[in-house]
Amino acid sequence: MNLVKLIEFLRLRLKTVVRVCVAALILLVAGDYFLVDKSEAHLPIEGRLPGFWALFGFLGCALIIILSKWYGHAGIMTREDYYEEPSGPGPEPGAQAQEEAAHD
Amino acid sequence: MTDFWLHPSLLLLLGGALLFAMPARLKKGWLLLVPILTFARVITMAKGTYGVVPFFGTHLTFGRVDELSSVFGYIMALMCIIGTLYGLHVKESAQHAAAWAYAAGSLGAIYAGDYLVLFLFSEVMAFSSVFLVWFRRRRESLAAGYRYLLVHVAGGLALLGGMIIHCRAQESWAFVHLDVGHPTAAIYLIAASFLLNAAVPPLHAWLPDAYGEGTFNGSVFLSAFTTKTAVYALCRSLAGMDLLIYLGVAMALYGVVYAVLENDCRRLLAYHIISQVGYMVAAVGIGTQMAINGACAHAFAHILYKGLLFMGCGSVLYMTGESKFTELGGLWRKMPWTLVFTLVGGLSISAFPLFSGYVSKAMIVSAGFAEHRLWAGYLLNLASVGTFLHTGLKVPYFIWFGKNQPKKAVWDRAADPPANMLAAMLVASFLCVFIGCYTPYLYHLLPHPEVAARYHPYELYHLSQTLQILLFTGVGFFVLLKKLTPEALISLDLDWFYRMGGRAFRWFAQKPVQLADTFVGELYRTAGLVPLMLTAARAGRFDTTVIDGAVDGLADSVRSLGRRLRLVQRGQVQQSLALAFAVAAILIVAFVVYINW
Repeated sequence: MNLVKLIEFLRLRLKTVVRVCVAALILLVAGDYFLVDKSEAHLPIEGRLPGFWALFGFLGCALIIILSKWYGHAGIMTREDYYEEPSGPGPEPGAQAQEEAAHD
Repeated sequence: MTDFWLHPSLLLLLGGALLFAMPARLKKGWLLLVPILTFARVITMAKGTYGVVPFFGTHLTFGRVDELSSVFGYIMALMCIIGTLYGLHVKESAQHAAAWAYAAGSLGAIYAGDYLVLFLFSEVMAFSSVFLVWFRRRRESLAAGYRYLLVHVAGGLALLGGMIIHCRAQESWAFVHLDVGHPTAAIYLIAASFLLNAAVPPLHAWLPDAYGEGTFNGSVFLSAFTTKTAVYALCRSLAGMDLLIYLGVAMALYGVVYAVLENDCRRLLAYHIISQVGYMVAAVGIGTQMAINGACAHAFAHILYKGLLFMGCGSVLYMTGESKFTELGGLWRKMPWTLVFTLVGGLSISAFPLFSGYVSKAMIVSAGFAEHRLWAGYLLNLASVGTFLHTGLKVPYFIWFGKNQPKKAVWDRAADPPANMLAAMLVASFLCVFIGCYTPYLYHLLPHPEVAARYHPYELYHLSQTLQILLFTGVGFFVLLKKLTPEALISLDLDWFYRMGGRAFRWFAQKPVQLADTFVGELYRTAGLVPLMLTAARAGRFDTTVIDGAVDGLADSVRSLGRRLRLVQRGQVQQSLALAFAVAAILIVAFVVYINW
């Protein structure tokens, strides 16, 4: 299939793909600095700091990953069978036991 | 009333009922025809108030068609077509009927003009949607379905209580804007029920719990209707309530945090529903015309791209049987088209320029900035970093690329899904791109089109800002890729309280209560029973010989009847529920038709 071939083509030239992406990022920040009118900015820092939103994206991403992982490993993440009943299968093990007791 | 007004929900309900009688060769045609007719009915309805039915001294309003209900009705009916097309090959009629009843409930709630009709149709939604979870037929889905139902019944009761108190005070059942400046306890109860349906923390845990357990196509429906119908109800009644801004921003970030930790791709998407609905809830809280436009536009775009994402991940689940990142990887060679469609969904939800999320989300953020809520604007921008990080990067990367090699059985099964599933994804993808490229299509549908027409999302500053945020999030993703490697763990959420609480209650019922019961029984036996037994022994001689013969015969027949009854009651609670529900639905429909003629 053509689509698979295209992905394969790009994967084989991963280094070039990365280089093109980096060039695009640099162009984006440079273009923002030279071409974009900053009068719409909400805070003065958005206009004064070149690449403010690029920094916002990168640091925000790092912050989200690090804080969330810290939160998860502080005890929120647990084994997959955490909610499974210790008494084994069957939808209502308790009710069954009760019924048996009633028969005795 | 002399003129008969055809409620679009009626088409879906009747269509669903007739589906069971449909011969196999006509079924697929019927499955496509009914939602298309419903959509046609929705878009041809003129604005106005219809379906007013006298009811015990008051009246019920089934059809309030105005600017706000029209846009939500439009997208719900459209999603019903796409969702049905996606599951077209599913043979079991009951699955389609449940999905249609669910969509019918949503349309009914949207066009409802008073609280009684709203309540009725919200219950229809809760009781039909739970089947989309149960039909997966795993032990976990049964339990998740019951939890889902219990939570929604609690929400329904909050609405019922709130609306009765509120409407007695107002002497009107009309479902209109509430006095959010002076909220009463009744208004808080009503708000709580809407917020529960919109999955606002701390009332949100039902959503990932149930949507992660739904059938591959059921979750596509689930992702669209419940939360967005709640957004509609919030727009209608609570616009401008300050509290909603804080809740909305908090939930936009809450969903992002849990999405980092999640290992199941459909649960990850479910957490991102919470995050995205957060934008809409915040917009309702801001409450200006532009913000309400934003909430509606984002709900519209969200239903399409989230449906598309659930279709992509549902295809992976359907074909491979797996939905966990730790069990998947490298599927680009096997499921390339599913990758492309999921990417379109991912780019849309991340608000990439030229995709649908860009033209809707920006409206909400701009409305926040315009109202000088800078903190809300910045935090919502931070949440979009998280959205692209997970849905645009993590989902495609760890399913279709990544270092992980799935098991051989999974790898061998993997392939692009059947044609109807691909077609549904193609339609949704097209709409996502179309909305992003041609803004007047969506902006004309909004409740305040003149305000929307003045808004231009493709301004240079905003374009450059969005591209920088998103692309540098991508840089962050690849720099920190190691930290993001999925772990085969689950994350505890607030459902812990009722899951473990339920267990504690059962323990209490089994242990202390039973102990007390035994104790009282013993006391009764020694104090009362022993003397009684002595007397009884004498009477017993007469009893055994004469009466026993008759009683034993009776007891035997009662016991055998009981055994049969117990089988009905224990194994098939869902069927009984469905039956009760169907009977109620038919009665209501018959009632409405009868009164309307």
